[in-house]
Amino acid sequence: MNSFALALRMLRREWRGGEMRVLAAALVIAVASVTSVGFFTDRVGRALKQQANTLLGADLVVVSDHPLDADIEREALRRGLKTAQTLSFPSMMRYGELAQLAEIKAVSRNYPLRGELRAVPSNHAIGAYPASGTAWLDERLFRQINAKPGAVMAIGNSRLTVSAILTREPDRVGMMFNIAPRLLMNLEDIPATGLIQEGSRASYRLLVAGGADSVESFRLWAAPRLKRGERLESVADARPEIRAALARAERFLGLAALVSIVLAAVTVVMATRRFMARHLDNCAVLRCLGARQQLISRLYLYQFLLLGLAASLVGCLLGYAGQMVLAQRLGSLLSTELPLPSLLPVVQGVLTGMVTLLGFSLPFLQQLKDVPALRVLRRELGAPRSYGLLGFILGLAAISGLVVWQAGDARLGAYVLAGLGAAIMAAALLALLLIRALSGMRRQAVASWRYGLANIARRAGNSVAQVTAFSLGMLVLLLLTVVRGDLMQNWQSTLPADAPNRFLINIQPDQLQPLHDFFRSHNVVPPELYPMVRGRLLAVNGKPVVATDYPDERAQRLVEREFNLSWANRLPEGNQLVAGKWWADGGSGADRLSVEEGIAKTLGIKLGDELSYGVGGAVFNAKVANLRKVDWDSFRVNFFVVASPGLLERFPASYITSFHLAAGQEALLDNMVKAFPNLTVIDVAAVMDEVRSIMERVAGAVEFVFLFTWLMGFTVLYAAIAATRDERVYEVAILRTLGASRKQLLLALFAEFAGIGLLAGLVAALGAGGTGYVLSTKILTLPYAFNFWLLPGGMLAGAAVIGVAGVAGCYGVLNQPPLQAIRDYG
Amino acid sequence: MQAVALTKQVTSEGAPLLILDRLEFSALPGESVAVVGASGSGKSTLLGLLAGLDVPSGGKVFLDGIDLFALDEDGRAALRGRLVGFVFQSFQLLPALTALENVMLPLELAGATHARDEAAAELERVGLTQRLSHYPRQLSGGEQQRVAIARAFAAKPRLLLADEPTGNLDSVTGARIIDLLFRLNEESSTTLILVTHDDQLAQRCQRRLHLENGVLVGN
Repeated sequence: MNSFALALRMLRREWRGGEMRVLAAALVIAVASVTSVGFFTDRVGRALKQQANTLLGADLVVVSDHPLDADIEREALRRGLKTAQTLSFPSMMRYGELAQLAEIKAVSRNYPLRGELRAVPSNHAIGAYPASGTAWLDERLFRQINAKPGAVMAIGNSRLTVSAILTREPDRVGMMFNIAPRLLMNLEDIPATGLIQEGSRASYRLLVAGGADSVESFRLWAAPRLKRGERLESVADARPEIRAALARAERFLGLAALVSIVLAAVTVVMATRRFMARHLDNCAVLRCLGARQQLISRLYLYQFLLLGLAASLVGCLLGYAGQMVLAQRLGSLLSTELPLPSLLPVVQGVLTGMVTLLGFSLPFLQQLKDVPALRVLRRELGAPRSYGLLGFILGLAAISGLVVWQAGDARLGAYVLAGLGAAIMAAALLALLLIRALSGMRRQAVASWRYGLANIARRAGNSVAQVTAFSLGMLVLLLLTVVRGDLMQNWQSTLPADAPNRFLINIQPDQLQPLHDFFRSHNVVPPELYPMVRGRLLAVNGKPVVATDYPDERAQRLVEREFNLSWANRLPEGNQLVAGKWWADGGSGADRLSVEEGIAKTLGIKLGDELSYGVGGAVFNAKVANLRKVDWDSFRVNFFVVASPGLLERFPASYITSFHLAAGQEALLDNMVKAFPNLTVIDVAAVMDEVRSIMERVAGAVEFVFLFTWLMGFTVLYAAIAATRDERVYEVAILRTLGASRKQLLLALFAEFAGIGLLAGLVAALGAGGTGYVLSTKILTLPYAFNFWLLPGGMLAGAAVIGVAGVAGCYGVLNQPPLQAIRDYG
Repeated sequence: MQAVALTKQVTSEGAPLLILDRLEFSALPGESVAVVGASGSGKSTLLGLLAGLDVPSGGKVFLDGIDLFALDEDGRAALRGRLVGFVFQSFQLLPALTALENVMLPLELAGATHARDEAAAELERVGLTQRLSHYPRQLSGGEQQRVAIARAFAAKPRLLLADEPTGNLDSVTGARIIDLLFRLNEESSTTLILVTHDDQLAQRCQRRLHLENGVLVGN
């Protein structure tokens, strides 16, 4: 016989029974959750792949924090390659009375070598890149200063004419964090501005493009010739920061999506167990009619395969819609057009859906096959022996595999599994305790409520599953909304009202006195100015520092970079000595260094170590005299390394400071930039706004993924309702014959589900509050103020939503005629 | 159909309990046999053994000359599908399938090519032409039992086993069902073995087996 056609027919009928719909809903949500993340990361990944050289603006780039030797470009040209140069740095620009921080990028002829600049009016009218004496502003900058094309603005000592609005810059795509808008100008105009001096922080890039072989041979030639602070970026490893961010997003969002899978597995177990119990008779009849065990296995396997496949595909469609939300929230951070996704996420989604469904339903379907045919004569023969926990080994292994795969490495995967397991256990345990406590309270309740609450306690297993599922979803949502807001507010309230809100950098030594006088003349207390020398750590105790010697990624970056070194007589304000002694005022003559304890730990530097620094072409050595603790949140100027007086004065230095600019004093800045065009002012509030907006978008994306987790709570709820449906029909019938009114029955149902929601809200609020406390005190080291509204708010929201949803799910039960119900299920 | 020294013994609270004690009997094609006896006399156990739904402690059952218990579980299921039809007290229709689909089921299980037509014809014989696409829930008790009878005869069984077929029906409907059962039995010369409490029903059979405490006391 055609068992597939029969299975299809049975599935069509089964759809009317509750279990199949619950299973389908669980799979749809789980797959949608996984694929929305999958589709999104796939699109970003493809964008990176397809646009790799555009994102680089070249085939190969030599990046440096100092001017590159001319030999390198000469060699590239000699090999027949095309080259271009760019130089970027932050600086102030002035337009009329306004001063505005901008990310300046100066470009040479030929820029960009790959991809194209787009501008309004079109490039044909104005040339392919800014001509000497002109500047292109991006839209943000254009809006901020309210300029018009043809306007003249000042940069440093130069004046440039605004000739176009920059609409697309290939190699700026994916700058997650831009502290300032873009100003594009010609490289030839840079010397006249006077902005780039020894020690200025700027990024120099040499762009190279040409035939693949020539580029590769040039890469091989250049690689061993790179000096410190220089590196190569090729198409293969283009934009490591975007790749790293993508990998992190993929990992994190993917793991978040897996929480839905775990809950889906719970739903599958609940719904399939009930399905099995309802089909024992059917299978006995089939056996009686001559069906072999294999046929019964096949019939149900086909049904579940069909259901799984259909639900997974619907889930993929929903996931595709969902990824648009992610793309809208996160994609804008990349500011590039995303290509269409591949079909890989569909494969991933269907696989996940099938593994979840089959992994947790097969043990029950196996039981169906084992049903004795004799059951047709003797109903009292119960369900065949269950496979117990052993039956789920396959499913559990599959889920563990998914977690490890998503986490990208076994250790992280194991941590996540352990963490998830612990969270579920903790939530379940708390739920169980609360259910016990609640059932103790029912003596005081009126009839309907007492009956409802009694049901929660009686079906304790089901109740624990429901409370756990809801509380996990709710916990994360509360954490991301209420607790995140609280943490932000707590942190801001720890800052004094007059905390510095502006940083001033690039101050030249000859501007110290004039700047001091400038503050005085504007009735502002002149802030302390700190000298700053840029140096590179070369050796510790004579042993050369090599980045690859450090296992820690942060340590590698730190030693690659130039340090900002300063010198001081006294321990800087807000710093705290944790080891060693500060040098005597005026210096003892010996060369000493004071190192921040965090970086000392990261780089493995100890008290008494001798550090060698290279500044420009010179080298100096000094011993570590003490370690300091620094309060980085204070917005004061702080340094990792401070030298004793007399050590650094011979090197070219610029000065830096921070100060509090009161509201309404903005004119002071405009005047300051006019008087000192080379100064760069960084608005802390503007930077904070940018950080906050990025955080909000990222949190929004995470919230979105956890919304699926929360929705999954409803499938657990409905699975539990379906599992207890016959019981309920019978009980309601009995209550009806005892004279209960419809209203009383509704109230009892509401009491039961509102109780579940209340408990879930309580568990979630406690969990979110607890997590917030740990985050706040242990990681952010901020005092944590528990939000009073978290508990009642979470409980009320849970009770209302789940109460209503539960009553809606059970509504049909009330419409059964009591007599029939008692006959059918008695 | 032949039962040889058929014995069933179970262990109840540590003590062995003999339910059927070396039963010997046979039934010829077209013959109708009633199995009567008090509750607990072993009627249902006997029926289960004759169908190969249960395994005996001793003895043999031959269906069409085949030793039923020499086969494995799946072999017995296949033999059942080919040779044995069932009618139960509680009908035992599959709720997911329509009347027609329920009757088609044994035909399809046996690999019939025209299952739909044969099943429709079978339902016509029991007078349910108008009810083909109804689900069991939409049928009355008498109608459900008629579907069950159509299903039992659909695979052209050599042996039809009926377990209290009128137990869940009122007397008028029950009488109609009995008429139908005997009519079909005659038409298809099937061996009918029927377990019942109902004396009237038992009287209509050609032979009566009386069971008492697992022993055959009258034949």
